[in-house]
Amino acid sequence: MTVTLAPKRPATVLTTNAVFVGRSIRHTLRNVDALIMAMVLPVMLMLLFVFVFGGAIEPGGDYVNYVVPGIILLCAGFGAASTAVDVAGDMTNGIIDRFRTMPIQGSAVLTGHVVASLLRNLLATGVVIVVALLVGFRPTANPLEWLAAIAMVALYILAITALYVAIGLAARSAEAANGFGFILLFLPYLSSAFVPTSTMPSWLQWISDNQPITPVIESIRSLLTGTEMGNSGILALGWCVLIIVIAAVWGTTLFRRKAARR
Amino acid sequence: MNTAIDIRGLRKSFGSQTVLGGIDLSVAAGSIFALLGPNGAGKTTLINILATLSLPDAGTASVAGHDVVRDARGVRGAISLTGQYAAVDEVLTGEEVLRMMARLNGYTPVAGRTRSSELLARFELTDAARKLVKTYSGGMRRRLDLAISLLANPAVIFLDEPTTGLDTRSRQSLWEIINGLAAGGTTVFLTTQYLEEADVLADRIGVINEGVIVAEGTAAELKARIGGDVVELRDASDELVREIPTDGTVHGLRAAIDQLDALAVPGTHVSIRKPSLDDVFLALTAHDSQLESNLEGARS
Repeated sequence: MTVTLAPKRPATVLTTNAVFVGRSIRHTLRNVDALIMAMVLPVMLMLLFVFVFGGAIEPGGDYVNYVVPGIILLCAGFGAASTAVDVAGDMTNGIIDRFRTMPIQGSAVLTGHVVASLLRNLLATGVVIVVALLVGFRPTANPLEWLAAIAMVALYILAITALYVAIGLAARSAEAANGFGFILLFLPYLSSAFVPTSTMPSWLQWISDNQPITPVIESIRSLLTGTEMGNSGILALGWCVLIIVIAAVWGTTLFRRKAARR
Repeated sequence: MNTAIDIRGLRKSFGSQTVLGGIDLSVAAGSIFALLGPNGAGKTTLINILATLSLPDAGTASVAGHDVVRDARGVRGAISLTGQYAAVDEVLTGEEVLRMMARLNGYTPVAGRTRSSELLARFELTDAARKLVKTYSGGMRRRLDLAISLLANPAVIFLDEPTTGLDTRSRQSLWEIINGLAAGGTTVFLTTQYLEEADVLADRIGVINEGVIVAEGTAAELKARIGGDVVELRDASDELVREIPTDGTVHGLRAAIDQLDALAVPGTHVSIRKPSLDDVFLALTAHDSQLESNLEGARS
């Protein structure tokens, strides 16, 4: 039998990252149940809000145009939440130890999860938009506005995924990560996703107006359906960048501590 | 004789608990060394330090000529670690796992495929290559895990309890593989709780208990340490009632029988047998006062 000799040097940083992105995408594709849930759940929620609650919230029947941006963000939240579970799993089941004893950059494991989450959630967003168009969503956006809206969604997905990565690193087990992550999923309900914040009691309105999800939703809504943008765009960008920075610092500290030699 | 692993005065504590109390060991290149000890003896801690996962509190260790503290990257380039629990991606196929790990080891995609196929064949996993790892048996997982370890053609392989939880047949098949590795020039450092495993595989055995190497040598040397024969007392249904090791002299034999007499335990017949590695192990790790004082001496 011929024996292929091992290479002299290990993989480059670029190859390492590419391999881990491929690994996480494979994981996503293999986890068919989770993938389907990540797409079906937001669609079901959208149909629920449009056809069941929509008539009561906005008797005119135009509610679908209002709610779609909110559903997109809800969907991104669902899809990104599993990142926390995946990261916690990798950190606790011994697989990270194998990577750490190899002469490669161990943190590339996380890059893989982030990129896979981004792709997975953009795909789910696409599904939501297609179904929305079928049930009467009529956006007024031109191609440039579409592009800007998708970029906004992508930035939001990155931000929330980064946060979930940090949560996954902080959790002691995959189950715990799942529990912590659940809290973040409530944020869209306390925003302008489903009803204008002006309809809420004043104390709740203050929370809704000043939490990160409202400006993100308002800017996507403005880009797609032409509502008032105001300072939502700037606020949304600021919030997303701020979340990414906090999550990156927190995550890096946690990863260093967990992957450090003790 | 080249030294693959050199450990001097290695100490490690977690909080107030001393896990390694000053380890000195030397492992020759191309040999199989078995670290034998009960749960909690410090086996995994020692392997983690050697494989650059943990830092020692004091002492030095070098693996394949690289210092584990100062030159972790050099060590990582020369070793593979197969941990206690086969750490492989469950939702990938065996082939995918190997190809992925091959890429991480610096193989080009084409060379990675070739090498993966070779290893799958060598570890009798070709039929299962396209099946998801989660459908693999414990033995298959361990073989896949070992195949991953071999991708880098490492000079030193660390195996942390490689056969724990496996059935006899899988265990023997792993033993053959491990023997094959050493025959190919790889240094194997393994931990085990099984005396038989150490006896069958290892060129040299280190017995570890409570963070201290209590004996080191070949299986034959260790057996000789306990000296002579063992006196067994059995009851009418041939159940073992008591056994007492002797130093092999007539005096020792008489002392053992006197001891049995003094204990006044029920028994019908006495026999004498050669010591097994179990006896050595029990004698070396038993909590008798003599050993305790030896350990105290070693710790201070």
